[in-house]
Amino acid sequence: MSRLAVPKTYKLYIGGQFPRSESGRSYEIVGAGDRFLANAAKASRKDARDAVRAARAAQPGWARATAYNRGQVLYRVAEVLEGRRGQFADEVAAVEGVADAEALAEVDAAIDLWVWYAGWADKFAQVMGNANPVAGPYFNISVPEPTGVVAAVAPQSRGTSLLGITAVVAPAILSGNSIVVVASERAPLSAISLSEVLATSDVPGGVVNVLTGSPAEIAPWLASHADVNALDLCGAERLEWVDLQIAAAQTLKRVLTPEPGVPAATLERIGFFTETKTVWHTKSML
Amino acid sequence: MTLEHPVALAPADRAVQLLGGDLTEKSLRLHLEGLSGVDAVGLEQRAASLGTRSIKTTSKAWAIDTIIRLVDLTTLEGADTPGKVRSLVAKALQPDASDPGCPRPAAVCVYGDMVPIAVDALGANQGLDTGGINVAAVATAFPSGRASLAVKLADTRDAVAAGADEIDMVIDRGAFLSGRYGRVFDEIVAVKEACRRDDGSYAHLKVILETGELNTYDNVRRASWLSILAGGDFIKTSTGKVSPAATLPVTLLMLEVVRDWHRLTGEQIGVKPAGGIRTSKDAIKYLVTVAETVGEQWLTPHLFRFGASSLLNDVLLQRQRLRSGHYSGPDYVTVD
Repeated sequence: MSRLAVPKTYKLYIGGQFPRSESGRSYEIVGAGDRFLANAAKASRKDARDAVRAARAAQPGWARATAYNRGQVLYRVAEVLEGRRGQFADEVAAVEGVADAEALAEVDAAIDLWVWYAGWADKFAQVMGNANPVAGPYFNISVPEPTGVVAAVAPQSRGTSLLGITAVVAPAILSGNSIVVVASERAPLSAISLSEVLATSDVPGGVVNVLTGSPAEIAPWLASHADVNALDLCGAERLEWVDLQIAAAQTLKRVLTPEPGVPAATLERIGFFTETKTVWHTKSML
Repeated sequence: MTLEHPVALAPADRAVQLLGGDLTEKSLRLHLEGLSGVDAVGLEQRAASLGTRSIKTTSKAWAIDTIIRLVDLTTLEGADTPGKVRSLVAKALQPDASDPGCPRPAAVCVYGDMVPIAVDALGANQGLDTGGINVAAVATAFPSGRASLAVKLADTRDAVAAGADEIDMVIDRGAFLSGRYGRVFDEIVAVKEACRRDDGSYAHLKVILETGELNTYDNVRRASWLSILAGGDFIKTSTGKVSPAATLPVTLLMLEVVRDWHRLTGEQIGVKPAGGIRTSKDAIKYLVTVAETVGEQWLTPHLFRFGASSLLNDVLLQRQRLRSGHYSGPDYVTVD
C-alpha cells in the first residue's frame, strides 16, 4: 500500500520558537533541475525586529554562562548533528544538487567546525586577553567580552548551505553574543534543520535566531537597527553592502565585510565580535 | 433622569443629588446592588475587538505623542530615594534627550514623603494647567489601605500640604468586599475633604479600586459608581502592586460607568489604568477604547491617564523609530 508523504513546513527560528513569518509570506525552494522541494517562510522586517528583541533578551544570560559551559553546549550541537548526519546529507544533496558523498563531506566539515569552535570557548580569552605591563604597582588586565547582539548574512553561494551558516554562527556565539542570521536565500533548508538541532542541544532560546527569505529586504533593517552591536556581511557580496556599512556606522556597529565562499575558521573571527575590557587593580596596599 | 447641577460639587453632594437627602448605608446598598450585572463575555469580546485596530503612520505618530502627554510617570518602590525622584522629574521634563520637541508626561507619581523633592525638582515647571507637570502622590496607606482613617487623612493632608496637585487614594477593599459600602463611601468623602487646600481649592482625587482584588466585573462596576458618588475626580484601576493590574476589559467597564455618569449629569470623570501597560502597542489599544467608549474629548490629561513606569521608554523607542526610519534600542533612552 502506498503511503502519503508528510512534507515538512520550514519556518523561522526566533527566540527558541518556530513561528511562521509575521507577514504570512513564503517562497518556493527548488533543488537540482528546478525540482520543487519545500516552501520556506519569507521573513519580513518585523520578523527581523522580533528576532533582535529575542536576541537582546537572551544575550545577558548566555554571556553569564561560564566559558566552559558555552564550550560544552557548542560541542553538544556537534554531537546532535552527528546523530542526524544522514538527514542533513540528504537535505544538502537535494538542495545543492550534489553527489551524496560531497553532501556528506559538507555535513562532516560543519560538524568538525562546531567542535573546533567549541574548543575555543574557554581558551580564546587566554590568547586574546593580556596582563599589560604598566609603570606602577598595578595589575592591568585586558579581557575580551562579548559585544552583544550580532546580525549576520550567511554565505549565499552554492555549496555552503550548512557549512556557511555554521562558519558564521559558531564564532559569534561562542564568546557570549547572540545572533540574528539571515540564511542562504536559495538554500535555507539546512539552516532551519540546524535550528532544530540548536533548539534541542541546550543552546538557550534566542541566542541563535534564523531568518529565511530575501537578505536584500531584511539586511538593511538589521544594519540600521540601533539595538544590534555588530554586523557580519559575510554573504552580502551581491547586496548593496556599502550602504549597509553606512547604515551600520550611523548606529555604531562593528562591520565585517563580505567574503567569498565559506569564511575561514580563525581566532580573529572570534575576536572580532568581542570588546576589550581593561581593568586596573592595585598589587598591594604598601 | 438628568441632574440639574453638573458643576463640580462638594463631597457627598453627588450622592445626595442622585439618591436623595436621606443618604444611608441602606440607600447606597440598594442603589449599588440595583445596578445591572455585567455581561462578562460581551465585555471581554468588545475589549478584544477594540484591541485589533491597526494604527499606522500619521495616526500612530499622533497616538504616540498623545500617550506621552497622558502618562503619569511613576516610581513607587520601597527603595525610592530623593535622587531617583529627581531623575524621574528630569526625565519628565525632557523625556527624549535627542528631541527637544518631545511632549511631556502629565504628572510624576510618587510616595507622599517624596512630594517635597518632586515639587522642588520641578520648580516653576509644576502645574499641568500652566503648561507644566503635576505632582501626584499616593496616600491613604498605599497600597494596602490598611490603616485607621485618622492615619489615612493625615497621610493625605501631609501630601497636599507638601504641594501635591493630585492624590491617588486606595479604597478599603476589605470593607467593600464584605458589603460595608457606607464605610468605603465615608472614607472617600473624608479623603476628598482632606484634599482641600488652604485657599479652598481641592487637590485632584484619584480613587484606586484595585480591581485585581475585587474578583468580579459586577464589583468593579459597583466600586466605580461608589467612588464617583463619593466625589472622586478620577477612578483608577490598580496600585500596580497586585496582579492582575490594569486590563483592557476592566478599563472598558470603568469607561462605560464614566460614560453613563456623563449622560446622567453632564459631569466628566477621569479614568486611569495603571500597572501592566508596558508597550506602546498596549497603550494604543487603550486610546482606541477611550475614543470609542467616551469619545475623543476624553483623551486629555484632565480625563485620562496611564499609570506607568516602563511604558514611556517603549513609547520613546517607537517615536524614535518613526522619526529616524530605523529601529531604535534601549541604549538610546534612559536607564530607569
